[in-house]
Amino acid sequence: MDEIRDIVLAYVIKEYLEDPDEEIGYDTPLITGGIVDSFSMVSLKRFLENKYKISIPDEKAGPEAFDSVNKITKLVQEFLAK
Amino acid sequence: MSNIGSYDERVKDFSWEISERELEYKPGDVINIGWYCTDRICLKGKGDKLALKYEGLGGREKNYTYNDIRQLSNTIATFIRDLGIQPEERVCMFMDRIPELYIGVVGVLKSGAIAQPLFSAFGDESLLVRLENAETCAIFTQKKHVSKIRKILDKLPKLRHIIIVDDNQKSPLQDREVAFNMEDAERVDVFETYPTLAESPSLLHYTSGTTGMPKGVKHVHYALISQYLTTKWVLDLKDDDIYWCTADPGWVTGISYGIIGPWTMGVTQCVNDMGFSADAWYSFIQKHKVTVWYSAPTAIRSLMKAGDDVIKQYDLSSLRHLASVGEPLNSEAVVWSDKVFGLKFHDSYWQTETGSIMISNYPDMKIKPGSMGKPFPGITACVVDTETFEPIRETGKIGLIAFKPGWPAMMRTYWNNEATYQAKFKNGWYLPGDRAYIDLDGYYWFVGRDDDIINTGGHLVSPFEVESALLEHPAVAESAVVSKPDFVNMEVVKAFVCLKPGFEASEEMDLDIMNFIRKKLSPLAMPQEIEFVPNLPKTRSGKIMRRVLKAQEWGEEIGDTSTLEDD
Repeated sequence: MDEIRDIVLAYVIKEYLEDPDEEIGYDTPLITGGIVDSFSMVSLKRFLENKYKISIPDEKAGPEAFDSVNKITKLVQEFLAK
Repeated sequence: MSNIGSYDERVKDFSWEISERELEYKPGDVINIGWYCTDRICLKGKGDKLALKYEGLGGREKNYTYNDIRQLSNTIATFIRDLGIQPEERVCMFMDRIPELYIGVVGVLKSGAIAQPLFSAFGDESLLVRLENAETCAIFTQKKHVSKIRKILDKLPKLRHIIIVDDNQKSPLQDREVAFNMEDAERVDVFETYPTLAESPSLLHYTSGTTGMPKGVKHVHYALISQYLTTKWVLDLKDDDIYWCTADPGWVTGISYGIIGPWTMGVTQCVNDMGFSADAWYSFIQKHKVTVWYSAPTAIRSLMKAGDDVIKQYDLSSLRHLASVGEPLNSEAVVWSDKVFGLKFHDSYWQTETGSIMISNYPDMKIKPGSMGKPFPGITACVVDTETFEPIRETGKIGLIAFKPGWPAMMRTYWNNEATYQAKFKNGWYLPGDRAYIDLDGYYWFVGRDDDIINTGGHLVSPFEVESALLEHPAVAESAVVSKPDFVNMEVVKAFVCLKPGFEASEEMDLDIMNFIRKKLSPLAMPQEIEFVPNLPKTRSGKIMRRVLKAQEWGEEIGDTSTLEDD
């Protein structure tokens, strides 16, 4: 779990964080916090699907499920277990 | 009783003088939108009334009275003037939805400069073409966005000032950068607003074109006459309302109806600088007791998708009027809102070039779910034949939406592009580029765009701009960009891509190209789907036939393919 969490966090920082001084953590709100918008969520979902060889249906990929690194990690684990 | 009362009666004896009288404006007078938004409201005795209730990231809240925004916009206007910025020079506002953006636009207008709002999610390439075209002299921005400006600064010799509104002195300022903190600056109580006249330029909004680069839509201070009255009659704002416009001021709705409309009416408005989630939005309405809500079909469909159960957790009884803009509002969304809120969303239609609402559903007028409604009083509209540009008399026959020029908020030209502006007029009609039909009762029904422009989530994306950017990706040989249907956003961007020899299609390549466009242009322009193809359909003269690919995506007839190049 920790490994997934760290990989997702590193990816979010690298791809979506504009302000180099901004610090984010596992529970920082990503969608409601304005770091990842609804359009960009598609690329984040694609990253997760590619990286973990999973398929996340659109109905599971709502803003709530993507709103923090911890929530994303939980979602990935749910699909890895299937 | 609504502000408009009887639509039919208003149409009968309409004159824009109604608006001029209410705003105490006479032809030839000085008219400055910034002054009308702040000083005039204070002179009416409403200085202590809340103008802006702001809620930002992490629940950070700030309230501003009309006297606050009057003084703070004076402070910003003084700062602009002291930098040596001249009237009619372009000052870009490149910020998230923070108070400095809203109050800053007012300050720019008071100074006599032209405000050029740009969506803060734009990437460096999108920013460059718009700043270059406008020959922008200054840009207000936040620390988080400054790296995008630094990246293109060498190509912008006319950009003299980069004004950072939240500098924390953690890293040194660079070339042309200056720190300006609105809250810490000494408040200016008296500022002599620049005496702009009716035809003085006020705003420069950028919009996408089908075949060329983005066009700067020039508006003037007299646009206020339309914006004020449409706010009053369509959005039905009243003195005790709490208004929420969800549009970002990087786009025209966020300016015309997110700043100018509510503030010239002296109404309290709320701003939420948070991303979308159904919980966050309903919670915001409940907390601030929002009464009038102006949103977009994409957001409404996202709320529908989130389900009805979440609504039951909130008290939304403060809501009394709902309106929508950006793209056609499907009938299911209107029926849904009636079911869950007890109120129907009132769809409205207009565009960046029209500056104000043109066709709408009005309070107290019967709504036909899925219809755009009827033309605003004083707007002469029809649908015209696509060949002759003559008005179509038969009901139900599809044609191009057309407006008789002359309403106050109409654009005055495209910046440095008069030829394209003139091409928007045919047979004495202004053509916004959309197809529709009119029913027996005079209601308009949207059919679609008349060009290749992609309307995604209410924002226009130019396929040409995306294709041009794709060519800058090292692996892309050529591409064709079209829309594909999407439940939430109506349309999203899809790219058909041919790779250069030596590059192979893969999941990594797909994601790399998506992120490349997201950062270079914007998240809106990022293809939500990429299809790698060995070649693209072209005419014998080599022109890519986007319409063939678009028809394929929409499951439509491909039509005439006689000019298609043989394989």
